[in-house]
Amino acid sequence: MTENGLRVLIIDDELQIRRFLRISLQSSGYHLDEAVNGSEGLSKAAQLRPDVVILDMGLPDVDGLDVLRQLREWTQVPVIILSVRDDDHDKVSALDAGADDYLTKPFSTEELLARIRVAVRHSLRGEETQVFRAGDLQVDLTRRLVTLKGEPVRLTPTEYALLRLMIQHVGKVLTHRQILRAVWGREYENETHYLRVYFAQLRQKLETDPARPALFITEPGIGYRLRTQS
Amino acid sequence: MYEDERPNPDALLAAIQKDEKQKARGHLKIFLGMAAGVGKTYAMLEAARQRKADGVDVVIGYVETHRRPETEALVDGLEVIPRKKLEYRGTTLEEMDVDAILRREPDLVLVDELAHTNAPGSRHAKRHMDVTELLEAGIDVWTTVNVQHFESRADTVQQITGIRVAETLPDSILDLANDVELIDLSPDDLRKRLAEGKVYTPERIETASSNFFRVGNLTALREMALRLTAERVDHQLQDYMAIKRIAGPWKSGERMMVAVSASPFSEKLIRWTRRMAYNLEAPWLAVYVETAQESRQETREQLARNLALARSLGGEVVVVSGQNITEALLRLAHQRNVTQIVIGKPQHTRIQAFLRGGSLTDHVIRNSGNVDIYVVTGDEASEGRSQRATLPLPTLRSPLRKYVIAIAIISAVTALDLILVNSVPWLGYQAVGLTELLAVLLIAIYIGRGPAVASALISALSWNFLFIEPRFTFVITQVQDIILFFLYFAVAIFAGNLTSRIRLQEQAARYTADRTLALYTLAHETATARDMNDVLRAAVDQIERIFDVEVAVLLPEGDQLSHSAHACSTMQLDEKEQSVALWVFQHGKPAGRYTNTLPLASAQFFPLLTPNRTVGVMGIRYRRSERLSVDEEALLETFINQVALVIERELLDEAAEQTAMMRESERLYTTLLNSISHELRTPIASIKGAASGLRNPTSAIDRETLIDDIESSADRLNRLVENLLDMSRLESGRLQIKRDWCDVGEIVSVAVQRVDFCAKDHSIEITREPGLPLIQVDFVLIEQVLVNLLENACHYSPAGTPIRISAEQAARTIQISVEDSGPGIPPEHLDAIFEKFFRLPGTPTGGTGLGLSISRGLVEAHGGTITAENRPEGGMRFIIRLPLNGDAPPVREAAL
Repeated sequence: MTENGLRVLIIDDELQIRRFLRISLQSSGYHLDEAVNGSEGLSKAAQLRPDVVILDMGLPDVDGLDVLRQLREWTQVPVIILSVRDDDHDKVSALDAGADDYLTKPFSTEELLARIRVAVRHSLRGEETQVFRAGDLQVDLTRRLVTLKGEPVRLTPTEYALLRLMIQHVGKVLTHRQILRAVWGREYENETHYLRVYFAQLRQKLETDPARPALFITEPGIGYRLRTQS
Repeated sequence: MYEDERPNPDALLAAIQKDEKQKARGHLKIFLGMAAGVGKTYAMLEAARQRKADGVDVVIGYVETHRRPETEALVDGLEVIPRKKLEYRGTTLEEMDVDAILRREPDLVLVDELAHTNAPGSRHAKRHMDVTELLEAGIDVWTTVNVQHFESRADTVQQITGIRVAETLPDSILDLANDVELIDLSPDDLRKRLAEGKVYTPERIETASSNFFRVGNLTALREMALRLTAERVDHQLQDYMAIKRIAGPWKSGERMMVAVSASPFSEKLIRWTRRMAYNLEAPWLAVYVETAQESRQETREQLARNLALARSLGGEVVVVSGQNITEALLRLAHQRNVTQIVIGKPQHTRIQAFLRGGSLTDHVIRNSGNVDIYVVTGDEASEGRSQRATLPLPTLRSPLRKYVIAIAIISAVTALDLILVNSVPWLGYQAVGLTELLAVLLIAIYIGRGPAVASALISALSWNFLFIEPRFTFVITQVQDIILFFLYFAVAIFAGNLTSRIRLQEQAARYTADRTLALYTLAHETATARDMNDVLRAAVDQIERIFDVEVAVLLPEGDQLSHSAHACSTMQLDEKEQSVALWVFQHGKPAGRYTNTLPLASAQFFPLLTPNRTVGVMGIRYRRSERLSVDEEALLETFINQVALVIERELLDEAAEQTAMMRESERLYTTLLNSISHELRTPIASIKGAASGLRNPTSAIDRETLIDDIESSADRLNRLVENLLDMSRLESGRLQIKRDWCDVGEIVSVAVQRVDFCAKDHSIEITREPGLPLIQVDFVLIEQVLVNLLENACHYSPAGTPIRISAEQAARTIQISVEDSGPGIPPEHLDAIFEKFFRLPGTPTGGTGLGLSISRGLVEAHGGTITAENRPEGGMRFIIRLPLNGDAPPVREAAL
């Protein structure tokens, strides 16, 4: 599947990263713009109105988080941040501040393209998902019906709420805080152990092999992601 | 007896050392004159102006123009460092500001009147010490002195002019000076200048010219100044010849010794000896023989002054103890190969000398063997004073109370005897006498010499009066009774004297034993104490106890002295005392009370010196108001040296430890580099090869292969980098564990997912005990550990063999095991494999050798353990145990 004409803005000071991104993305049909630092990135974002922004957190002139916040002041354009392994805290901050997804360097082009697709899809989506299908699992959100291999599965209201949240953001990572706030409320935003318990329960009920989850993916130190099939 | 023509190596060494020392110090030039007004300050200023014109940075530290107009004219144009103002008893005094000069850092500073005594409150007691400090800071100093101010010349000057010189300088200053310039003027010319008002203001001219400035005086002084300069030049010549190895007329190996006592007369003896020794080029000793006699405070101080004088004049001070002064002196003389002894002329009258079997001088002369004896006269003033100090009469030191008690005892005994004589008819007066004698002896033993003599006198008289016929008169009728009476008196006195002397000796012996024990205890404790704090505490305790003082110890922090005293100190330091301590630390010389530097402080500070450096400062505040005796001072010094040695030992131990650590670090560093370079190069080579290979036309399959290689090499490099980063974070202690509630099963799943690249060759079986409690750990770090173990299992077990990972609960721990079916590990290496870079002999290369070490570090940082064992069925089992510290709070359904 190629996306035609979608604009991608890359904000990264590293020449080689920009180069391989350019080559990979252009060959996939995206139109590419580049910025080498934060301020250039912000002005180009305003000028060119990209459809996706890829933002490197290790910019020399300014904190990536600041760029993200400034972007979010006037646009909801999907932003995917590039970061390094040890920066869990910064990744979580960025995601909580409005980034849509993240990639850890070194990453492969497939991963990047997958993330971009997911991010764009969520931003373009007009109506809500009605039915979610993945392997043997089918979830009908309008009728609140969950079936595995055709057989109905009983979920507690919270488990269902959790499942629905993940489906609404399928393919995107959600931080612990985002999930807890959405399902349990603000006061619970630090109670990570809730997620451990409930995801374990969801996996137990819905995964073919709970020990090797194919749907509910743990993003260590960050949060959770419902894997998309495409 | 002359030595051969080769230069004396000791002298050479001394000359070279002096030379070296002088290079680092500032250059000292002395303008020497015979009297005030010859023009020393004038000459100094003139020369200084010339130097300034040559470009040298010259400042005036202190110049006294005496309001002479020509001198004042020369001051004009030179920078003057403002004098320091000191308040003393309502008046404001001005002194040279040493700190300002040190801050200014000039090349050359002019300091007039070297012999000046500073006002109380100044840092040093005398100006020449200020000058020494300036020289040590590398600043050149020019100064002026009159010949009358030198110690060795002081009494000659007094004899000639009749004027006592108050401010004196030690002769060693002359030796320190690099240059001595004599400002010479004939007496007539000087008197003319005086008359012209060029020396003093008009009011003083009359008195000056008739007192000090008489021709005779001036001529004598001039000769002294010339002689002094000549001697110095001679000495310089000797030094020069010593360095150039020119064999000169070397003097024979003479060695002089002067017997020092607590009398002021000793001062003159010492100075005389010094002059003699200087002329003979001989080393000299000043010897004090300590006997068992008690000494008064003033005599102790005088003795200390005498010994200090000897030291400052360059003599070696030796203190020996002994009963017989003659014997002790001669014994030392023979030990040290003394060739000449200097003692004072006998001062006792003939009768006294006769009674004692000859004066000290006579004894010494008689037993001297082949040692020459110099007998030197004292002067009347000091003779009079010393007589009082050496009379054999008992000192009136015992308090009145003791006399009262003694008299009471004697009265009681006498009364008892009276009763007995009256009631027992056959008890005669002889028996009474003996009982009274016994009483006197007992008083001598238990009370003291003075009271014993007093009671001897009283008992003799009362014996006469009350018991000898005719009774109740002082008349004695029988001749034998008269003899008896006088004999009684003599025996009482001598016996009393003897017993009290024995008692004193016994006390002295006990004191010596105590001291030795104290020293032994200190040495023992410092040798066996494991910790410097213990040692310091032990030392402080001992010192406090024995000397009745308060102690503070200050240790260095890096290059500076710590601002606060060590915990074991018992003395509090205020800010002023801290600055004294700092001065002592920087200069390596004692300061404070009883010294010449900052003598108004209430405590005394000693540097803790070792051959290499100053390792600290010890402050001592005396609780009693009197000064320590010479003996006690020597003991204190020994203690302080001991403490210094111990501190040095500690510092050396620390340094050794650090060196060992550094060496270990280096070893690891080298190993790391070696291991990594291979690990890095392999994937890099692969990438380079594959990438360049892609340039050539290749089949699609080959292209895929090469691209796979590039990607897997990149992954491998990435893992290597992550490994190194983990290692460095663990090592540097910057590892931060973010604990959060985690499901171990979840961590296991994630870890297995991450190693799926090796799942091609191995099947990984996951076993999770259901219902495992949540545990508070760092998800990412524990995941890392599991990944490490799984990778190892993949790497070291043959392809196709299964790997099993399981998680279960055991008591209050969560246990995770990773098992493989590989070759296992010889039991002796089971613990060693967790060490950095450990490789099992015979295993294929690959990997950094860090994985297990990192894993252990991470697990232990969580308070857990990781062990390795061989499975009975073959293969390895790694077991991680993580403690469960508490339970996760229960979860609730959301309120929807």
